Amino acid sequence: MSMNKRSKRKLLVVMVVLGMALATVLALTAFEENLMYFYSPTEVNNGTAPDNRTIRVGGLVVAGTVQRAEDSLLVKFDLTDGAEVITVEYSGILPDLFREGQGIVAMGELKDKKVFVANEVLAKHDENYMPPEVASALKAAEQK
Amino acid sequence: MFKRIWGWIQRFSSPKHFYDISGKMIPWFAVSALLLGVYGLYMGLFVAPTDYQQGESYRIIFIHVPAAWMSLFIYMVMAIASAIGLIWQIKLADMVAAASAPIGAWFTFLALVTGSLWGKPMWGAYWVWDARLTSELILLFLYFGYMALQSSIEDQRTADKASGLLAIVGVVNIPIIHYSVEWWNTLHQGATVAKFDKPSMHIDMLIPLLVMAFAAKLFYAAVVLVRARNEVLMRERNRQWVRELVEKI
Repeated sequence: MSMNKRSKRKLLVVMVVLGMALATVLALTAFEENLMYFYSPTEVNNGTAPDNRTIRVGGLVVAGTVQRAEDSLLVKFDLTDGAEVITVEYSGILPDLFREGQGIVAMGELKDKKVFVANEVLAKHDENYMPPEVASALKAAEQK
Repeated sequence: MFKRIWGWIQRFSSPKHFYDISGKMIPWFAVSALLLGVYGLYMGLFVAPTDYQQGESYRIIFIHVPAAWMSLFIYMVMAIASAIGLIWQIKLADMVAAASAPIGAWFTFLALVTGSLWGKPMWGAYWVWDARLTSELILLFLYFGYMALQSSIEDQRTADKASGLLAIVGVVNIPIIHYSVEWWNTLHQGATVAKFDKPSMHIDMLIPLLVMAFAAKLFYAAVVLVRARNEVLMRERNRQWVRELVEKI
């Protein structure tokens, strides 16, 4: 077995890896938009997100904006990404983690560029794990 | 110097030598995996504190995260072993790759199932087509593809070449899985431990998680050696030393 053959095989493996990496980068860049699971309120308000088509919007539930109807499951709340706010309307059972300040992803349609009517609401939790005592201590420290 | 190292590698990677030495290593890996696994599970399920947000449900993390890490780790072992087999034509490397595939597939499956069971109560859905979940599912299909190529090609050398090339091509998916939660908006949250910042997890939860991750590595070490030994016997069945071994039994 000559060294030459071995170097050729080495080159082949390197070329396969580099070629695949390049092809994947190009493909992922081309489909960037389709790979996003949800749009942010900013993208909805500035028109990046399509109108009158089912999309997903993700953000934090604004504290103090959750209004529940007394005789139905209808609930209305504001959703923010820190910059822009949109109002979401949903009728159905909310996930356990749904609360003020919680990250959520709503699927539905933007009606008249004003209210986002959702037919599914999923909760998105963060990557932090800690005991409740630590969480409340952190919160207390923050408010000081 | 180089020649001596090369000679040493060839001697060590001879199937017979591997067979002898791995037989001695397996019990150590198996026993320590069992002990650490029991300790990690006990710490994780009974001792670690409740989570401020997810309550008790978060405890599935002690299975889900080690399984997901192993799914990536084993894939890298498989791909690197395949590259070594392809370039330097070390038969043992191809055997290790072939022995790893089903173990990696099982860990991927476990990560997907535990993630799904976790997703329902927390997110409100068993499955969503976000970038993290989809890329992990593709990883499962890569393992299946490797195994299908291995078992459908009669000639062992051709099978190793074809499946090895697939394993190397699939490496591109590994950084995608890891960075999917950063590159795109996903329902799956970002990294808790595997990042440059300090882990976003209380130390009493982090330690059982790392213990479980280590136990999973040891478990893999034990199982891959058992499986690789079977590969050795299977592929070398016409060799003198295997015949002698069988006759002794």
